[in-house]
Amino acid sequence: MTTEAVAPRPFLDPARLRAWLPRYGVYAAIAVLVLANVLFTPSFLTWSNLRIQLVQVAPVVIVALGMALVIGTEGIDLSVGSVMALAAALIPLYLGYGVLAAILVSLLAGVAVGLINGTLVARVGLQPIVATLALFVGGRGLAVVISGGQLKDIRNPDLRYLGSGELFGVPLPVWIAGLLVLVIGFTVRRTVFGRRLLAIGGNRPAAELAGVPVKRVLTTVYMVCSGLAAIAGILAVARIQSSDASAVGLLIELSAITAVVVGGTPLTGGRVRVLGTVAGALLMQLVVATMIKHNLPPSTAEMVQAAIILVAVTVARESRTR
Amino acid sequence: MTQGIVSHSPVPARPGTDPRRAERTDRIVGLIQRQGAAAVLAVVVLAGALAFPEFRSYANAATILVAAAAPMLIALGMTFVIITGGIDLSVGSLYVLGGVVAAYASQWGLPAAFAAPLLLCGVIGVLNGTLVAYARMAPFIVTLAALLGARGLMRAITDEGSTTYLVRDDAFRAFGNGSLLGLGYPVWLAAVLVLVGALVLTRTRFGNAVFAVGGSADAASLMGVAVRRTRVSVYVLSAVLAGLAGTINTAKLGSGVTVLGAGMELDAIAAVVIGGTLLTGGAGSVGGTVAGVLLLAVVQNLINQVGTLNSNWQQVVSGVFLAAVVVAQTYLNRLRRVS
Repeated sequence: MTTEAVAPRPFLDPARLRAWLPRYGVYAAIAVLVLANVLFTPSFLTWSNLRIQLVQVAPVVIVALGMALVIGTEGIDLSVGSVMALAAALIPLYLGYGVLAAILVSLLAGVAVGLINGTLVARVGLQPIVATLALFVGGRGLAVVISGGQLKDIRNPDLRYLGSGELFGVPLPVWIAGLLVLVIGFTVRRTVFGRRLLAIGGNRPAAELAGVPVKRVLTTVYMVCSGLAAIAGILAVARIQSSDASAVGLLIELSAITAVVVGGTPLTGGRVRVLGTVAGALLMQLVVATMIKHNLPPSTAEMVQAAIILVAVTVARESRTR
Repeated sequence: MTQGIVSHSPVPARPGTDPRRAERTDRIVGLIQRQGAAAVLAVVVLAGALAFPEFRSYANAATILVAAAAPMLIALGMTFVIITGGIDLSVGSLYVLGGVVAAYASQWGLPAAFAAPLLLCGVIGVLNGTLVAYARMAPFIVTLAALLGARGLMRAITDEGSTTYLVRDDAFRAFGNGSLLGLGYPVWLAAVLVLVGALVLTRTRFGNAVFAVGGSADAASLMGVAVRRTRVSVYVLSAVLAGLAGTINTAKLGSGVTVLGAGMELDAIAAVVIGGTLLTGGAGSVGGTVAGVLLLAVVQNLINQVGTLNSNWQQVVSGVFLAAVVVAQTYLNRLRRVS
């Protein structure tokens, strides 16, 4: 920092705007959308509406958190939707041993998938997109096979509470998502693991030379990502009180990647924006909600989302090339 | 990407390795890499023929080929894109969009039923290619946006998927269901295009450019290859072929089916990778892709033959196949580099 006097800059200095946009553009977009909704959408600012929006966005946020970590290592995880399906398929099978046992088995299965992904990426040396593609293809099939290909209704009060219960008026899935955001945010910013993860994404050979246990960290990152996806799957079952392995988590990998990218995390790794990822998921949810409230079809929402992705990436690129 | 990063220390010269033997290993490994999918396909077909009498029938082979025609076209375009080091996630959406537009346009006759989807998909391909080649955006993101955009467009055309357009042209429907020598027209079309694709990739300057761009875009540029134009071309090719695949499907079914999340893009990528095309770009073949697509189709058919097996096993088996093939590829690659 220099102390010499700086000439006063114009309020909308293009250079400053370009530095500011990729960082805070998502929040600005959310603010604009919220403001527009408050002004023009009746019943937007009701607690019941906000609660619905938050509950709907919670699983995407949870999956996107793990995706952000993976993308931070310059990877990608296409298998998260299949992991959700797998976790969902296992819940009714083990519910007989109690809710806790069922959740534990689902979670373990998710983490096991992550172990496979991580091993293929870190030790075998596959490209992440190929390694996770195998489980994307096979995982959902396995989930459907396990569940016998049927939609299973579940009547379990404890599980129902997990999915629809409330604490201080806020639904439990939202609490869980919020808690996970804090944990992941802390991990990225304040822990050795987080620093190592970013080092690998930034420059893997350098990280290796610096003594980072690259293989172990990479494997762990994929296990965390799959574990989070499993949590999302469990919550999905808990909320809808039924398990449909062919529908749970369908296309969520795309939503999660979109949230991460719109949130300002570059696909080239080395940086993770946890809050940005949450904001990215919220923005996409808000777009859909706004469209629906104003009787615009979801198809318009999809096209707007496509445009937002391109704008977000363009903005991020502009800042990088400078 | 993580591949290609040399993390191990230099390999010590093993005693007793002479250059001639190393060269032979190299050649054998290369052969397995290129023809691996075809070899596995042959084994699977042989096993299937021995185990199931119905599998051996001509009619069954025709069924497999008809089912594989549309995925084959998509995978063909994907092969070109992946060899340039890119990826096209939008093909599944374009397949559905193309099919719906074809059904809608069929009210103006057969030529329109083909021209409309190909034009529309071509335009989207130009957009994809331009953003990748000129704006230098990541192919993954650009085509992800195109996936969403094309799906949105398709839903807008079909009133959020509630309207199904029926094929209004007899000639168009006849194209989808007619056959020559016991094989459906779509199969012949796919076969011809695959042949042309293989020739273009191996025998033309454009094909050379595709490999050069995927090998090293900078070096290709220095050699005078029109890198950006090549990039745009492969995305257009991929998009048009995806639209054509959707068109064929519509002709076969007699209506534009609006199944959301067709997921064809990842199946196509899987088939291309099983066929030995490297996702890092610069290497691959149409023949491998053909084997990859057929392998997945045959596996599905065999699982149907078993009957007692849940058809979802097909996905599981495909996933295992994919994992096994890519792991094998990686080890073969390493073997080759060491020898």
